[in-house]
Parts: sequence; C-alpha cells; structure tokens
Amino acid sequence: MSAHHGPAKGITRWLYTTNHKDIGTLYLWFSFAMFLLGGAFALVIRAELFEPGLQIIEPEFFNQMTTMHGLIMVFGAVMPAFVGLANWMIPLMIGAPDMALPRMNNWSFWILPFAFTMLTSTLFMDGGAPNFGWTFYAPLSTTYAPPSVTFFIFAVHIMGASSIMGSINIIATILNLRAPGMTLMKMPLFVWTWLITAYLLIAVMPVLAGVVTMMLMDIHFSTSFFDAAGGGDPVLFQHVFWFFGHPEVYIMILPAFGVISAIIPTFARKPLFGYASMVYATSSIAFLSFIVWAHHMFTVGMPVAGELFFMYATMLIAVPTGVKVFNWVTTMFRGSITFETPMLFSVAFVILFTIGGFSGLMLAIAPADFQYHDTYFVVAHFHYVLVPGAIFSIIAAVYYWLPKWCGNMYNETMGKAHFWTAFVGLNLTFFPMHFSGLAGMPRRIPDYNMMFADWNMLSSIGAFFFGASQLLFLFNVIATIRNGRKASDQVWENPEGLEWTLPSPAPYHTFTAPPKIG
Amino acid sequence: MQFCMLLNRVSGFFQRIKKPTTWSLALLFTLLSQQSFSVDVDRWQYNMTEGVTPVSRDVYGLHMDIFWWCVAIAVVVFGVMFYTMIVHRKANGAKASNFHESTLLEIIWTVVPFVILIIMAVPATKSLINIYDHKEGDMDILITGYQWKWKYDYIGSDVSYFSSLSTPQNQIRNMSTKGVNYLLEVDEPLVIPIKKKIRFLITANDVIHSWWVPDFAVKRDAIPGYINETWAFVDEPGTYRGQCAELCGKNHGFMPIVVEALPQAEYDTWLAAKQAETLKLQELTNQTFTFDELYTQGETVYNNVCAACHQVNGEGIPPMFPSIAGSKIATGAINGHLDIIVNGSKNNPAMRSFSGELSEVDIAAVITYQRNSWGNNMGDSVQPIDILRFKESGGE
Amino acid sequence: MSAEDTYYVPDQSKLPIFASIGLFLTVFGAANWLNGNDSGPTLLYCGGLLFAFVLWTWFATVIKENNAGMNNAQLKRSYVWAMGWFIFSEFMFFAAFFGALFYIRNFAMPWLSGTGDRAIETGTILWPGFENVWPVMTTPDMAANGASATTTGPDLNMSFAEAESIWNWLPFWNTAVLLTSSITVHFAHTAIKNNQRKPFNIWLGITVALGFIFLVLQVEEYIEAYQHMGLTLESGIYGSTFFMLTGFHGAHVTLGTLMLLVMWLRSILKGHFKPDDQFGFEAASWYWHFVDVVWLGLFIFVYILG
Ligand code: HEA
Ligand code: HEA
Ligand code: HEC
Ligand code: CUA
Ligand SMILES: [Cu+2]
Repeated sequence: MSAHHGPAKGITRWLYTTNHKDIGTLYLWFSFAMFLLGGAFALVIRAELFEPGLQIIEPEFFNQMTTMHGLIMVFGAVMPAFVGLANWMIPLMIGAPDMALPRMNNWSFWILPFAFTMLTSTLFMDGGAPNFGWTFYAPLSTTYAPPSVTFFIFAVHIMGASSIMGSINIIATILNLRAPGMTLMKMPLFVWTWLITAYLLIAVMPVLAGVVTMMLMDIHFSTSFFDAAGGGDPVLFQHVFWFFGHPEVYIMILPAFGVISAIIPTFARKPLFGYASMVYATSSIAFLSFIVWAHHMFTVGMPVAGELFFMYATMLIAVPTGVKVFNWVTTMFRGSITFETPMLFSVAFVILFTIGGFSGLMLAIAPADFQYHDTYFVVAHFHYVLVPGAIFSIIAAVYYWLPKWCGNMYNETMGKAHFWTAFVGLNLTFFPMHFSGLAGMPRRIPDYNMMFADWNMLSSIGAFFFGASQLLFLFNVIATIRNGRKASDQVWENPEGLEWTLPSPAPYHTFTAPPKIG
Repeated sequence: MQFCMLLNRVSGFFQRIKKPTTWSLALLFTLLSQQSFSVDVDRWQYNMTEGVTPVSRDVYGLHMDIFWWCVAIAVVVFGVMFYTMIVHRKANGAKASNFHESTLLEIIWTVVPFVILIIMAVPATKSLINIYDHKEGDMDILITGYQWKWKYDYIGSDVSYFSSLSTPQNQIRNMSTKGVNYLLEVDEPLVIPIKKKIRFLITANDVIHSWWVPDFAVKRDAIPGYINETWAFVDEPGTYRGQCAELCGKNHGFMPIVVEALPQAEYDTWLAAKQAETLKLQELTNQTFTFDELYTQGETVYNNVCAACHQVNGEGIPPMFPSIAGSKIATGAINGHLDIIVNGSKNNPAMRSFSGELSEVDIAAVITYQRNSWGNNMGDSVQPIDILRFKESGGE
Repeated sequence: MSAEDTYYVPDQSKLPIFASIGLFLTVFGAANWLNGNDSGPTLLYCGGLLFAFVLWTWFATVIKENNAGMNNAQLKRSYVWAMGWFIFSEFMFFAAFFGALFYIRNFAMPWLSGTGDRAIETGTILWPGFENVWPVMTTPDMAANGASATTTGPDLNMSFAEAESIWNWLPFWNTAVLLTSSITVHFAHTAIKNNQRKPFNIWLGITVALGFIFLVLQVEEYIEAYQHMGLTLESGIYGSTFFMLTGFHGAHVTLGTLMLLVMWLRSILKGHFKPDDQFGFEAASWYWHFVDVVWLGLFIFVYILG
C-alpha cells in the first residue's frame, strides 16, 4: 500500500500529492512568491512616495498598488506561510503519520494559485484592479468600484474556502492524531497556537465570505445593504468586515508566537518559562480578539458607550500579550545564550513586536486615535507587528527547521548578513512612518506636502534596502537545499521536540507508527 | 492600459536615477540642506501638534502620557533583555539554569500592566466624554464630502459653497516649484469665528470621506446618508490645514481642508460679504454673456472640477472616465449635454449631478467650453438662463 | 502494528487539483457572467460540471475505501471532527447575516429616522419624514424624495400581520414541514442504529420528500413576492435582508436535501450503512438539523418579528 514508498517523480508529485511535507513545501514557496510580488508592489508605492509630486504612477494606479499590496501580503504571503509551517511541523511535533485529511489538504493548497492568479489578473482588466484599499469599504468598493471587483469578490470566496478547509484539517489533526501520551498540555506551543488560530479562522472566514457576498448583491442585484437611501448603512460593512478583520490580524501573529516559543528555549538552552500561562494567554488573546473590532472605527461616529467599550476591551489585550513577552524574556534570563540566525530573528521579533504593540496600545486610546487614525502612524504600527512580527517569525522558522526539512545546514554568515541588513532596512523603512504620521500625513495618498518629504525619503531608501536583503535570503535557501553542508539529526544543541528525534532530512513518511511519549 | 503605462513610467524613472549625479545630489540636498524646499516648510516634524483648542491640547497631553508610559515599560523590558543577552551568553561562559515556572511572577506581570492600563484609561475616558458633548453649540455648519472637495453650509445663514484644492497641476506634475502649502491649499477656506463652540455636522454625498483638522483634534468620518456630529472651540485666530482622511477614490490625496479662524467682528464682515455675493450670483444668472466670457470662465471651472476625472486634455481615463474630446454627448444635442451635467449620469454614479455644486453661470460656461475645445467645435454656447429654464422645466 | 491500527494515508490523488480547477472555472465563469462577458455562462457550466463530477468521484472513492476496510476508527473520528467544524463555519456564515439584520434594525433604522441616541440630525436634515417601522415599506429615499425616489420599498411584506390567518401564512407551513423533517430524519437514524433497514428507508424517504416540499413552498413564496407583493431584492433594506437570509437558507436546504437523497439512494440501491458504520448518513443528518435550526432563527427574526 501507499504508506511506505518515497515521492513520485516529476511534476505530478506536486500536483497530486497527499504528503504533508510536500504540501508544506508548496505552501512555503507559494507564499514566498507572493511576498516578492506584494513586496514589488510596495516598492512601486515607495518609489512614488520617494519625493513630493507625482512622478511615476497615476493616483488611480497608486490606489491599486496599495490595495493589491495589502491583500497579497496578508492573504498570499503571511497566511499561507503559516499554513505551510503547520503542514510541515504539526504532524512531526505530535507524532502523527500525516495530516488528518491528506487529499483535502492538497485541495486547500491548490485553490490558492488559482485564487491569486484571478486576483492579480485584475491588474490587466479594463478599469484596473481593485483600488479601494485592502479593507474595501463600501460604497467605494460597491457603487463606485471598477468592474474587476467581481473577480476580487470571488477570489476572496475561494481563498476563504481554502482557509476553512485548511483549518478544519489542522484542528482534526491536532485533536485526533496525537501520539499516545501527548496530552494537550504537553503539546509544543506552536501546535497550541495553531489550534487556536485554526479556530479563529473557522470562526471569521465565513464572516468575510458573508460581507463580500453582501457587496456582490449590492453591486449586481441592486440590494441596499450599504446604501442609506434604501435603509442600509455603509458602516454596517465596516462592522462585519472588522469582525473578521481584527481576529485576522491575530491569525497572522499567534502562530508567530508559537514559532518564537520554540526557538528561544533552544538557543537559551533553557525550557520555556511559564508554558501553562502561555497557553492561557494565547486563549485570552483569541477570546478578546472577538470583542475589539470597532477600534478600527473610532472615527465613524459610534455612540460614546460603544466607543468606551471597544477602547477598554482593546487595551486589555496588552495584558495577555505582555505575559507572553515577559515569559520570553524570562526564558532567556540566566540561560546560556547563543545567537544563531533563528535566534537573532527571534530576539528582534520580541523587541520590535513589542514596539508595534506599544503603538497599538496608543491607537487603542480612542481620543488619541482621532489624531492617529488613517495616518502613517497606523501604517507604522501594523508594519511593526507584521514585518518584524509575522515575517521575521516565518524567516526564523525557516532557518530553524530548514536543516530538518532538507538535511542541509544553511550558511550561517549569510544568514547573519541577511538578518542585519533586514533589521536595519526595516527600521529605516518603518520607524520614520511614526513621525510622518504624527506630523499629519494621511495614509493611502500618492503625493504629499514637503513637510513630510524627509521621512518619506528615508522610508523609501529603507524599503529598497530591505527588499534587496530578501534576495539574500532566497539565495541562501536555494544554496542550502542544493548543496549545503550536511546537517546532523539533532541540528541544534539539545533542542526539545519530537521533530528532532527524526533523521535529517526527515523521511518522506514519518511516524507511520505513533511514537511513545514519556 | 494602466499596467503598461506603469512599465513606461518605471523605466523613465530608472533612466532618471541612472544619472548618479542627479540621484546623489537630490539625496544630499534633501537630507542635508534646509534650502531645497521653500524656507518656510516645517521639516523633520516628528510629533503630534498641540493644536489650538482645549480638546486638542487635552488629546496631546493624553498622547504624551501614554507615550511615556510605553517608554518606561520599554526601558524595563528591554533593559532586562539586553542585560541577559550580554551577561548570559554561552560565549561568556554562562551556564543555563533550569527554572521555568513561577506563579508569583505571572501574577505580578498580569496585575502591574493592568493597573497601568487603568491609569491610562481614566483620563482617556474623561476626554472622550468631553469630546462627545456636542448637543449644544453656538453655530452649526453642515460639511458634505464630495469626490473630491468639501461643501460648507452655514446652517441658518444662507451661505453655502464648495472648497477644493487650488494647487495648480503643474506643481503636482513637477513642472514648477511647489509652494509652501503644496496640496494643503484651497480656493475657498471654511471661515469660522474664534471662541465659539462650533458644531460640525458631517456627511458625504458619494463615498466615505473623513474631515480632519489636526489643530482641532477633530477627525470624523463623512458617511453618505448619515450625519456625524462633532465640535471645536478655537482659541487663536489663524489658518489651520488638514486633509481628507478616508480613502475616497482617485483624488483622495487631493482634497485638503483649510479653516480660517477669525475674531468675531472680522467673521461678521466676512459673512455679510459672502451673503452679498450669493445675491450677486443670482443676478448674474439673468445676464447674457459673450462666447469668450463663457469660454474663459468655462476653462477655469473645467480645470477645477471636471479635469479630476476627464483630465485637462479632455481625454479622460477610459473606460473609467470617458473622453470629452469627440464625445457623443458633448458634440450632440445640447439638451443631452445639459442633462448629464444637471442630473448626472443614469449609468455611472461617478458622473454625478452638478446642479447643486455649480452655479448656473458655471454650468453654462463649462458646457460652452467642452463643446468648443480639444477638437470639439460645435460653435454654439449656452446662457445661464437656459440652465435655469432647463432646471425649472423639471430637467426635460 | 496491524493494518487496523495504522492511519490510512491515501496515495497520490488527482481529485484535489481537478476540484480546484472546477471550482476556479465556476467562480471565474460566474464573475464573467455578472460582468456581462459572453464567455461567462459557458465557463460557469463547464466548471460546475467538472466540479460536480470530481466531487462525485471523490465521495465514491471514500466510500469504496471505507467498504474495503481501509479506514480505521481514528480516521472515522477525523471525519466526525471535520464535519462538526464545517457546520460551525456555516453557522458563522449565517451569523454574519443575522448580525447584519440586527444592526440594521437596532442601529441604522433609529438613526435614519432621527430617533436614536445619535444623529438626530440624520433624520431631520437628510431623510425628513422617514419613520422607523419594520418591515420598511417606505424607504428613506421615498420619504425624502417622494416620487423621484429610485429605491422604493415593497407593496406588501411577509409578516404575519399581512396574512389573513395563520393557515394562510406560508411561513407557518414551512416551519411545520421543516420541523417534522428533523424528527423523521431522527427516526431514520434510530432505525439504522437498530439495524432496521426498511424503516430507515421509509423515514429517510419521507425526510427527503419533506425537504422537497419545503423547497416548493419556498419557490411559491418567492413567486408570490415577485409577482404580487412587489417584494424583490431591490425593495430597499427589507427586501435585501429578506431575500439574503431566506435565499441562503434555501440554498442550504437544497444542498441538504440533495445529500439526504444521495444517502437514500445509497441505502436503497446499494444497501450501504451499517448499525455501527453510517457516518455518511449521520453527517448529512447533522447538516439537516443545522439547516433546521437556522430556519427557526429565520422564522423568529425574519417572519414573526418582521
Ligand atoms: C499581526 C498583526 C497585528 C497585531 C498583533 C496587532 C496588535 C494590536 N493592535 Fe493593531 N493593527 C493591525 C495589525 C495588528 N495589530 C493592522 C493590520 C492594522 C491596520 C488595519 C488597516 O486599517 O489597514 C491595525 C490597526 C490597529 C488599530 C486601528 C488604528 C486606526 O486605524 O485608527 C488599533 C486601535 O486600537 C490597533 C490596536 C492594536 C493593539 C492594542 C494590539 C495589541 O495586541 C498589542 C499588544 C502588545 C503590547 C501592548 C506589547 C507587549 C506588552 C507588554 C510589554 C506589556 C505591558 C504593556 C502595557 C501595559 C502597555 N491596531
Ligand atoms: C504582512 C503584511 C505586510 C508586509 C510584509 C508588508 C511589507 C511592506 N510594506 Fe506594507 N502594507 C500591508 C501589509 C504588509 N506590508 C497592509 C495590510 C497595508 C495596508 C494596505 C491598505 O492601505 O489598504 C500596507 C500598506 C503599506 C504602505 C502604505 C500605503 C498607503 O497607505 O498608500 C506602505 C508604504 O510605504 C507599505 C510599505 C511596505 C514595505 C516597504 C514593505 C516591505 O517589507 C516589503 C519588502 C519586500 C520586498 C521589497 C520584496 C522582495 C524583493 C524583490 C521583489 C526583489 C526586487 C527588489 C530590489 C532589488 C530592491 N505598506
Ligand atoms: C468623479 C468623476 C467625474 C467628474 C468630477 C466629472 N465627471 Fe463627467 N463623467 C464621469 C463619468 C464616470 C462619466 C461616464 C458616465 C456614463 O457612463 O454614463 C462621465 C461622463 C460625462 C459626459 C458624457 C461623456 C460621453 O460622451 O459619454 C460629459 C459631457 C461629462 N461627463 C461632463 C462633465 C463635466 C462638465 C464635469 C464638471 C463639471 C464632469 N463631467 C465632472 C465622471 C466625472
Ligand atoms: Cu475624500 Cu479621501
Ligand atoms: Cu484590530
């Protein structure tokens, strides 16, 4: 029967595969391709913003770039990357032979290339690509949208289906396929964070599907959901969108917390501090994420009671998140620390994510948000949690597990070079945005007054620098896979976790018989 | 197609920066010299404005408070982190200990941040409740967002006008030097008296906009079909500039707000003049204009209002915005032309009705202009009175 | 380890990639159609057919594998979890729509009519004359602009108040039919667990029939709405919410009926399902109960309180 031979030859291996490792690899490469595409759009934005005046693109096209950048990065780069990591690592971490439903797993992946081809093809359509921001507020995205919005809506539908199936698979795997003795409270944190993330995904992706469906009906079937003349309300769109949207941002960070919780103990040579409280903190964050959505809408004119409720609830998230940060720091405390590339990225994660969290907290203070909202201060906030947050954790995970995946060790010097260039580039790009935002620069504008010029020029230079640094990463990974130095089975010094009990590279089929857990 | 245009532009851009001298000079100039922009530009500004209203000062104080709290927490957390990263490294011979749990610590670092949050929440709540106290005011102004300009209605005083970007296209296209208030200047600012509680009733006509004046700490979304209320009490006379703060389409970056706050007496004079102007306009409508008068005025109106979509060269951006040059409507029966401007398009809401927005004189002028430019040469013209009749006949 | 204990990891499969292509063509066709491109319908039909064919094959494969004894108890548990969470996702899909209805009625309506705690001015300045009555027969547009309004409300609505008596009120019958079907499907379930094939077939058959009757009544209601009540998708927010909620529910009933029909045919024609192994049927019956619960929500919030 199937379970014991190696991969098939040729392209059909990837098209027809049911193997969690293959599918994980597909997700990761897909995500990287999307990161380059979304990054290229970001560079178009940064090039236009290099100096005041309109130089290379028209405002109309600028808006398309902003929208596509946000959409591609969120749905195409970050989410698939984490699903890829989940595919590779969860079965290895819990001692399962594969994912619970391997064929559906492959289906979840292969929907994505089609969805994103359809989304990207809107750039070439008459009237251009979606130009209403990744938050696509009605009625700009309904009555006033270009015709390509229909394709955008269906792309969202099918990538939502992909996410839901992927999450169902992950939950079923975690709840049902753990090796005997692997109790819930013995699972690695990465598995825990993904369990909770998958739950969030199943809860909110259908809501996103719901809101784009209402858009579709307003556009093509003359309903009045978002039109006051018929009794609807444009703000209704925002409520439904952000009910999805806020949990969505935690979907992009919880698995990152899991990755960091795996890496820091390894390089501090000390067990993770406060395992149980990490689990509770993650759950609290997930719970709170459902009741804070309107902090994105402080300026829409909610009643003051609503404003206060959402302000308090949002501020509360700082508490469990703080617990996580403190636990990481305490894990490092009195350890025996070394700074290999994954650790460098993780340490930078803790520091820079916390900075992003602080600006988040400032945004949560409603009266102050009246000044911050829709300025570059917000852009600075979310890039600090997303780029050195989500993206750095993904990069750290790749360096950390790559030797296990392909059997070869990456080039440490090049890894460190990647880290330092990325670190400098990123701060140069996004730190000045705090300043331009506070000074009064709105987001989503192609041109600005000269008083913002200096900060913008710095940002643009930083962006190109940071982008170039990612090419180093690409090169390093390919070189490692093709002819890296052989890695040992353990790879690191005494790392914890079932995955390290396997040979490097991990065989095509692992744990066909469940391991015994002590 | 947009995308091919982009490729052209990008290659143009790289050609420009290929000259290393241009590139590095631009860099040097901008980064080091204070002269490359107009001297008056306030550069390297890095913090929120304190503003000129009690609310804005309050918000600024709140902002600084939470900021310093964050700094303090950062110092502690990062302090410990850097300490451990330096002292507890393997290279320095550190041996790993094995502690990994402490309920006491967990409780401490749950409670302490919680307390800090409460300390932040108290003043925030007070400010918020104060900001929401907008039931009574000395004066109401209805603000309506349009793609891409603002309309101000002084409720109860018969004054109403539009306010749109006045920065010339050639500054935007880098063909002439940018002024100090580049993109932050309008043809007609909002004028208000100081030391009065002014209530702003904010709404929109098409998509969502957001009316933001940093100096007042007022930012409120303009939602089509709904009215939001907020207020400002300005202490000092002056000119205050802001921008639309909600993505509202192509020219979102080009719909600034300028507010002029005047002492009461000066404000009264202004208001009286404005009211007289309104009367005058009504008279003008009955006057007959020469073709040249109409054409010149039409050009101004067109470039201010219509060119946002149909472009200065009249060619539009098909298929989103049709060309006027050679357009069936602009070269067809005059009534059809009148109709689309007075009533807007039935097919595409972007081409809205301009009858509330432009005076009869302006509409007559712009029609005359469109029918006789860019190769359209109909040779005919319309008078303001024709527009009035057209409207009164129910737009037939 | 015996084969019994190993988790069945299927071989390579062509199903997923073709399912993706089918799904893609379906939505791509739909989008083209809606945008008025001629190729739309063809693409949609081809995609839909391909998709249906793949799903058919997929389920057939799974059933074959199960009959061949390849699925151990653990794998069956995976299916149980998967179906449970799938239903939860459907629940959230409807939650978004119910949430929208809730928001419209409790926030938007008072604000538009100037009676809420916020935006008194909205009612007086923008929509003078608009009153907060549900169902909305007079839209804000009609109240403010009279004859020149473009968004007009319905002539009649579906609320109980408009019906002559409860026996004439279609939603009542719909509820009765659907509730009964939930009970009959439960009887079928008990029957198969007790290894009673015949009662199983009969009860399941009745359930399918009831599902079908519900759909017929629902179509009847829509025809009535469109032809006699002036109630369409375009009749303001009442028409929008009414058709969105009942329409998506109807689509789910259609799917559920189809699922149960397939289960019925499998039992009748192939003798599938055993007392201790009938998850295919069980999953369909869960789905059916779910659809029923959603209907109760609709009955209360759309019809009774509507
Ligand atoms: C990974 C993604 C991610 C994460 C993790 C967060 C985390 C947080 N975000 Fe962020 N956010 C986004 C992504 C994210 N955000 C995005 C994409 C947007 C913009 C969307 C758009 O409009 O396009 C946004 C916008 C956004 C807004 C709306 C701003 C506006 O438009 O006006 C607000 C307002 O409250 C906010 C708040 C927060 C808060 C309070 C947190 C908290 O979770 C942060 C908690 C962490 C800390 C506070 C640091 C660590 C804690 C300690 C060291 C303990 C002690 C600290 C204290 C007591 C202060 N975010
Ligand atoms: C995970 C999500 C994510 C990530 C990783 C990023 C990454 C980046 N973002 Fe992101 N961004 C968003 C999510 C993200 N962004 C969202 C949600 C928005 C809001 C959208 C909206 O308003 O609707 C936004 C908006 C946004 C804006 C504001 C646009 C506006 O308001 O108009 C800007 C402006 O500078 C920006 C810049 C960047 C840059 C420079 C990077 C860089 O980190 C990118 C780095 C990557 C590369 C550069 C690609 C790699 C290299 C190559 C392609 C090779 C070629 C390059 C060279 C040789 C130099 N982003
Ligand atoms: C917000 C964008 C926008 C602005 C501003 C705008 N238009 Fe238009 N205009 C459009 C669109 C979109 C159409 C296409 C309408 C349709 O398809 O029915 C259009 C169509 C037209 C047409 C008919 C062209 C044809 O042959 O189809 C005329 C004439 C016209 N506009 C005149 C004007 C005038 C005069 C002004 C300024 C007073 C103006 N427009 C301002 C968007 C705009
Ligand atoms: Cu108006 Cu942005
Ligand atoms: Cu949020």
